[in-house]
Amino acid sequence: MTSSKEQKAIQDQFRERMNEDELMNCMRCGFCLPSCPTYIESGSQELHSPRGRIAIMKAVVDGLIEPDEDVERTLNMCLGCRACEPVCPSGVRYGHLLEEARDIIQQNKKHSWPVRVLRKLVFKELFPYPNRVRVATASLGFYQRSGLQTFLQRTRLSHVLPAHLREMEKVLPSAPTLKKMKKRPKHLPAQGEAKRRVAFFSGCLMDTLFIETNDATMKLLQLAGCEIVIPSLQTCCGALHGHSGEKEQAKWLAKRNIEAFEQCQADAVITNAGGCGAFLMEYDHLLKDDPDWVDRAKAFVEKIRDISAILIELGFQHKGLKLPPQIVTYQDSCHLRNVMRTSSAPRQLLQSIAGVEFREMRESDRCCGSAGIYNIVEPEMAMQILDHKMVYAEQTGATTIVTANPGCLLQMKLGIERKGLGEKVRAVHIVEVLFEAVKESGLFEESKDG
Amino acid sequence: MISEAAKQLFIQIVGRENYDDSKAGRLVYSYDATPQFQAIPEAVMAPRNTKEVSEIVKVCAEYRIPIVPRGSGTNLCAGTCPIEGGIVLLFKHMNRILEIDEDNLTATVQPGVITLDLIKSVEEKGLFYPPDPSSMKISTIGGNINENSGGLRGLKYGVTRDYVLGLEAVLANGDVIRTGGKLAKDVAGYDLTRLLVGSEGTLGIITEATLKLVPMPEAKKTMLALYQDLEAAARSVSKIIASKIIPATLEFLDQPTLRVVEDYAQIGLPTDVKAVLLIEQDGAREVVEREMRQIERICKEEQAVSVQLARSDQEADALRTARRSALSALARLRPTTILEDATVPRSEIAKMVTAINEIAEKYRVMICTFGHAGDGNLHPTCPTDARDDEEMERVEAAFAEIFAKAIELGGTITGEHGVGAMKAPYLEWKLGKEGVEVMQAIKRALDPYNIMNPGKVFAKSTRKRVVVTK
Repeated sequence: MTSSKEQKAIQDQFRERMNEDELMNCMRCGFCLPSCPTYIESGSQELHSPRGRIAIMKAVVDGLIEPDEDVERTLNMCLGCRACEPVCPSGVRYGHLLEEARDIIQQNKKHSWPVRVLRKLVFKELFPYPNRVRVATASLGFYQRSGLQTFLQRTRLSHVLPAHLREMEKVLPSAPTLKKMKKRPKHLPAQGEAKRRVAFFSGCLMDTLFIETNDATMKLLQLAGCEIVIPSLQTCCGALHGHSGEKEQAKWLAKRNIEAFEQCQADAVITNAGGCGAFLMEYDHLLKDDPDWVDRAKAFVEKIRDISAILIELGFQHKGLKLPPQIVTYQDSCHLRNVMRTSSAPRQLLQSIAGVEFREMRESDRCCGSAGIYNIVEPEMAMQILDHKMVYAEQTGATTIVTANPGCLLQMKLGIERKGLGEKVRAVHIVEVLFEAVKESGLFEESKDG
Repeated sequence: MISEAAKQLFIQIVGRENYDDSKAGRLVYSYDATPQFQAIPEAVMAPRNTKEVSEIVKVCAEYRIPIVPRGSGTNLCAGTCPIEGGIVLLFKHMNRILEIDEDNLTATVQPGVITLDLIKSVEEKGLFYPPDPSSMKISTIGGNINENSGGLRGLKYGVTRDYVLGLEAVLANGDVIRTGGKLAKDVAGYDLTRLLVGSEGTLGIITEATLKLVPMPEAKKTMLALYQDLEAAARSVSKIIASKIIPATLEFLDQPTLRVVEDYAQIGLPTDVKAVLLIEQDGAREVVEREMRQIERICKEEQAVSVQLARSDQEADALRTARRSALSALARLRPTTILEDATVPRSEIAKMVTAINEIAEKYRVMICTFGHAGDGNLHPTCPTDARDDEEMERVEAAFAEIFAKAIELGGTITGEHGVGAMKAPYLEWKLGKEGVEVMQAIKRALDPYNIMNPGKVFAKSTRKRVVVTK
């Protein structure tokens, strides 16, 4: 519930902080509607479209409506996939408007105490500290390995969780041990002649739960001729914070990352998670009002590249990769596609592998419903979107569904599980497939530190 | 205000889930794609079938509640802005293609069908539905019929009107009528089909349509002609038509438009030329090739600096998509984008282009021009800022003069966008007092309580006529 006092404060802040030029830049042509997953899935409800949400934000600024529950609801319902941006001829930066609006509402809203405690724990006490993320992941590992997970599932004690969380828990990969997570490299040489010096952004989830994907990413980079620096002072990208209305916290994290990477003197900063990469790529916008930081942020942003983009730049598609025959399809990571504007590189890489029959999935550019923590907070819409997607995924006949972001990967695994395709279909990160192909093609030499 | 009694009746008809009077739910139907128009309806309703529409209309008639039917709200004349309140009627449940009749070459559809979905569905059967408004990816057939939408293929194939064979419509008293049918010929009485097409929801609510389809042309070619002189481009248009060639598409874009479109689409459009013509021809392969060669010759004779043929279907498609984004891309330049669609006979297109530039200079406003040059249908567009009153006055004066000039050249105030609320003050300029009176008589006869999309087409007062001084 938002009290009328809170509403007043929100309204004042909307007037003060929302970018009016950007709001007016939307000329309401409606070209964004067909690209919006929530507009389509809600049965063409304008309230759940980008044009509708911008109109709502503008109406709050103009004082036409109060920021009531319905307003908050429509903003929460947005996946933040930003598919509306590439199709917007006027170039409205919807994502920025949404983030600002969510931040205003969050900061002026008094949550119930359990929500308050949880938000503080997750946003302020957990993610900013890589060590704590490792410990949390290790606890998950303990839970999985100790038999506790099996016990809870067998005894149905896990049914205290809502169904969608139970399903999600099942598809989590097995967590690595704390020891493994702590032993991370700081510097790796290129295999052969070094063509580039790159820095690697490890990411919270990627460097814990998906640690093997990170290892594989670095091996691919080495093989492509990259000397790699992995700054140990880097931290969470802040995307989770930024998308959930914790902008100040996100700014703090951004500054720490910029500092950490400035010291590496690298040509490029490589990410392998579209969600993180996109957020890093907009640090200049995040810090636009901070004169001490905006130029440093711009310099940082210019170096951000997704793993698939740099591999294509370095000619990895000509490596002569091969795999046993299989049908492969690719699900775009929304932020990789719509913000980092990287969509052909991963496809090119997959198509370059002999043995791979690449089949484009219908609506592969549409969000899978994972969207950060959306599938946890808005399970109904998220699962509707996912089930819809799985129909198209199955139509391709693919046995391998490739993604480029941890959230999407888990969501696709969940989709496979829900559709009962677990026996014949797998979901993998693009780096995993490429690494399999590298090994299959005999290109990988086990290096001393590898 | 909708009384509690009326509200309960509405809910009985459509169900609670299809009746929304929440503030946010109403706000998002307070606008369409027309700048400077916004009005919040009192409720929004989504009927599931014709019977429900009819029952809603009966309640509206009894309680005198205005009804505004709305497709996807992409029109450019404030046709679906509920300026007198009342209810907005949505067709999201009435969105099925009922039949594609390959024997009679017709399609029967509900009003909520998305234009592009229909086009794709008929093309799968080797058939062709030509009307292709720029918003076709999201516009609905119901909206197209009500606005009599045109598009890029209007020159050769005509507009929506030319493809509507029959309609089912609910009148202001709740009666359901059916006009026309799957007929190539039908002269039984007045042509009510044509009366309803383009009536902007002011005479009835269209609940079903039977559309004409044509065979898919065998071949198609796309070409860009580049000019360093605006008028030379306009002259080429008139000359192509005068040479008895009717291209499928003959679009004009000036330099400022080219620049913003390229900024968005990034497909390598030339931005260092003053104007381009996007020309397409379709039909039998030999004919297309011959005519494209002739067109190329004409363009070069008229000082085109270069003529380029699209190398692939993808390239042609990218060019068309880029052209369709022109209006929205122009919105990049300034906060407000005001567009008109003054139309003149094709032979006058060069004069109109010159006049628009002179008028822009006279009123010190920026006007970018693009449009369906082959139809004589131009879209002079003014990037401006609605917050600047003084500038807005000059913009309005400039457009009034453009309308006056178009009429003087034998043209009209709107070629395809409709009158709506936006151009209502200018309607009399085109029709004369008597013409408007005939239309008002029809409106009164069919909608005595003025509940069907009130405030559209007819203005409370006509704008003072501008006299163009030469």
